[in-house]
Amino acid sequence: MNLHIKNGRVIDPASQLDAQLDIFIRDGKIVAMSSHLDGFNADKTIDATGLIVCPGLVDLNARLREPGQEHTATIDSETLAAVAGGITSLCVPPDTDPVIDTPAVVELIEERAKKSGRAMVYTIGALTQKLQGELLTEMAALKMAGCIGVSNGLSPIKNSLILRRAMEYAATLDLTLFINAADPWLQGNGCVHEGAISARLGLTGIPETTETIAVARDLLLIELTGVRAHFHNISCGKTVSLIKDAQNKGLAVTADVSAHHLHLSEHDIGNYDTLSHVMPPLRSIRDREQLQQGIRDGIITAICSHHQPLDNDAKLGPFPETTPGISGLETLLALTMKLVDDEEITLHQAIASLTSHPAEILGIDAGQLKTGAQADICIFNPNIYNECQPNKFVSAGKNSPFSGWLFNNKVTHTVFNGKLVFGQDKIHSISV
Amino acid sequence: MSHNQLTESGRLHHFLSIEGLKRALLTEIMDRAEQFSSISHQQVKKVPLLRGKTIVNLFFENSTRTRTTFELAAKRLSADVISLNINTSSASKGESLRDTLHNLEAMHSDMFVVRHNQSGAAEFIAQHVAPHVSVINAGDGCHAHPTQAMLDMFTIRRHKHHFPDLRVAIIGDILHSRVARSQIQALATLGVGEIRVIAPKTLLPTDCKTLGVHVYHDMEAGLKDVDVVITLRLQLERMQGALLPSAREYFQCYGLTERKLSLAKPDAIVMHPGPINRGVEIASAVADGPQSVILEQVTHGIAVRMAIMSMTLGSQAELHEVTS
Repeated sequence: MNLHIKNGRVIDPASQLDAQLDIFIRDGKIVAMSSHLDGFNADKTIDATGLIVCPGLVDLNARLREPGQEHTATIDSETLAAVAGGITSLCVPPDTDPVIDTPAVVELIEERAKKSGRAMVYTIGALTQKLQGELLTEMAALKMAGCIGVSNGLSPIKNSLILRRAMEYAATLDLTLFINAADPWLQGNGCVHEGAISARLGLTGIPETTETIAVARDLLLIELTGVRAHFHNISCGKTVSLIKDAQNKGLAVTADVSAHHLHLSEHDIGNYDTLSHVMPPLRSIRDREQLQQGIRDGIITAICSHHQPLDNDAKLGPFPETTPGISGLETLLALTMKLVDDEEITLHQAIASLTSHPAEILGIDAGQLKTGAQADICIFNPNIYNECQPNKFVSAGKNSPFSGWLFNNKVTHTVFNGKLVFGQDKIHSISV
Repeated sequence: MSHNQLTESGRLHHFLSIEGLKRALLTEIMDRAEQFSSISHQQVKKVPLLRGKTIVNLFFENSTRTRTTFELAAKRLSADVISLNINTSSASKGESLRDTLHNLEAMHSDMFVVRHNQSGAAEFIAQHVAPHVSVINAGDGCHAHPTQAMLDMFTIRRHKHHFPDLRVAIIGDILHSRVARSQIQALATLGVGEIRVIAPKTLLPTDCKTLGVHVYHDMEAGLKDVDVVITLRLQLERMQGALLPSAREYFQCYGLTERKLSLAKPDAIVMHPGPINRGVEIASAVADGPQSVILEQVTHGIAVRMAIMSMTLGSQAELHEVTS
């Protein structure tokens, strides 16, 4: 299949490209990026006039709920949601059921993803068996099976000696360690940021030190063991400074932030809005500003969906009893681009933090546009007012706190491996 | 923050939290309670305001006193009352809570009086009942206990006349206290001059000052010249989470004794939402002493709850007729 994307504004952060160009795709690969190509007979032409053409987005953390919770969502339903959000590569953390601690589970996920054929699904293997923080997994076997890194998911390893050894073992195999940092004791049964809102609503708070103490410990062990590490979903301003110091010391440490933490704060919980119940919790406005600053300063290099699709019942109940999580695949680009509209970050920073930077963290050949590379492309309209309507999400999870938000951009087409996997020629703008 | 507890015309539909209610409305509750309190002294202690209405007391957490006063209040308003104790310690989660509600609604009840161990539960239930059903919060987690706060305000008003002139000190476990949160909001709405909280740091919320209180860790300083002293019940399980070393030390530092009380104004009143732990948060001599109004609080609970129930459920015209 020959695909011709014409007249788009092509932006590729990896090569600093920003130009009006056509892209010619044959057999899944980009064969040329130029104004024309002689002898190319397109089976399909996408008129990208007025649209931005960028690499397919790379999402470092998305839960697809399969295996284990297929009643909530499946690899098929969520990869469809991913491409509706312009995402062509995504990583699943190991906390599936069964846990990704054996090659069999890796193979199952990869096979399902391949069958759906819409996006590249990468697996992050478990650091310890059943994520129990006691026995190491067979990381060499997991790596061989295709895991691009290891992690203990949302179950922090309490025992520092075991963490040290797990880091050393992962470093031996040159595997990146992905960390969701939280001190389990300080987190306790908390459900919101500890501060004015927890005081007012009588909800158990999660202090900022839950994250900073865990990050500080982990950074010291990273220094000791030399493992390459990536912090997922950081939520506090002080964490940004800790990571900055580590990077200045020369440690191989990177970090991402969720798109929702860049827009929301503890105040969005309002009167027990369970859709804003998320872990780590939404922090103060000051934290939110410091996270944005972390992106501007290049300390945080990736913005992720931290997609957690949930069924409606999971959000129905008294706030502390509801399940934390936000369905984020379909708002990742819109929320990131909103930061550009709000003049918080540049267009280049926005696209890089969704494409080339996360690809670099994963060490995968994706997130850029170049001749000869696999054609994974996201095309979006950067100038169309539309209202966020979670009940119309493609994802099985409609749990988003962004209902009614106005975005000024929308994904129109997604190309994966040279195939048009999502296309919406007509999108409706609303007048504002 | 806007609760959906008011109707478009500003009348009470639910009673979930003091937050957001106007001073005039709190005053109206107290005025109405004043009228109802005379009923308790009549031979026939009933008024027909809520005749034909069904009220369900839905208690997901144990309570004797609060449930009983709600029952009495409803019966004196001539409503039919059912009380249900539902054990939440089992795995009953959101869905079963909703199912319980819908089942009860199918029995055509008009009001739920709800107590639940999770903050925000009353708000959640109010969002999910049929539009004509009223919900009264009888305590949700650590969040709010607005009827208790109103009976406390009523008790204060009986003894002290002008709220803006008052200094009020609340002593004890503010962090876990729904009573304290509602009291602070009610006192602030009524324009109380100075609201103090006295507690060790382990029992105070982070950013406690944002609630609009002055924070003291020392009883001597905190009690100086106050008009109202409110002691809170100390849950004895607080020793488990390393919040306190022992009940003995708590009493030594924060127990209200006659000596400490003497630092307050001579005519200061002593209050407690009950039930009391004698020798933990309050000395027997103070609890039973001349300045204590603790038993009055219990009595006032009935009239205040009658006022709130009739204001949320009764027709305004009838209300006027019976109480004028």
